[in-house]
Amino acid sequence: MKLAPRARDTKPKDRPMTDAKEQIQKTIDSNDVVLFMKGNKAMPQCGFSSRVAGVLNFMGVDFADVNVLENTDIRQGIKDFSDWPTIPQLYIKGEFVGGCDIITEMTLNGELDQMFEAKGVAFDKAAAEKIREANA
Amino acid sequence: MPMQAQDIENLIRDTFPDAKITITDLAGDGNHWAAEVIDASFKGMNRVQQQRAVYASLKGKMDGAHGELHALALTTKAPD
Repeated sequence: MKLAPRARDTKPKDRPMTDAKEQIQKTIDSNDVVLFMKGNKAMPQCGFSSRVAGVLNFMGVDFADVNVLENTDIRQGIKDFSDWPTIPQLYIKGEFVGGCDIITEMTLNGELDQMFEAKGVAFDKAAAEKIREANA
Repeated sequence: MPMQAQDIENLIRDTFPDAKITITDLAGDGNHWAAEVIDASFKGMNRVQQQRAVYASLKGKMDGAHGELHALALTTKAPD
């Protein structure tokens, strides 16, 4: 993935997309797990966002939620940033992992556990197993 | 105007002529679709790369609130 340019000394005022990009980069740099979603983790406002937030909540993952409905620049900006047309979007340690379909698949086949383990992100393994049992 | 299964398949087929493509109407409303795309070109790509390629083949139909394709659940893989 291309990294956003480093912060400059002077920031042009009339380039909101660049601001959005910098803001996104800053957010994924400063939080291990970030979910760009519609609504927030306590009250998702879309079924797809709800599913991914629900999995992370259930697995006890400490994650930052960004409500794209509150910011039009971020809503479009994250799609450009990730080259991905849909919301939600999950980032783990600065890396784009996927949207709802990919996260669902990775949850059920255990790949998400492996990724959290490999990247040193704490989660409740027993809860993950419960999700798999319930969907077996 | 929502897209029909054949329209979705045709768009994907343009980019992946030899793929095995299965389109399913998830809700029976002609508006919530699932697409499974199995193509040899996916070999060596991770899922994000595979699905990016499929999204690209849809040429902006998924874009925004006015996109013709409201919901498309994607499954992609390389043939076994």
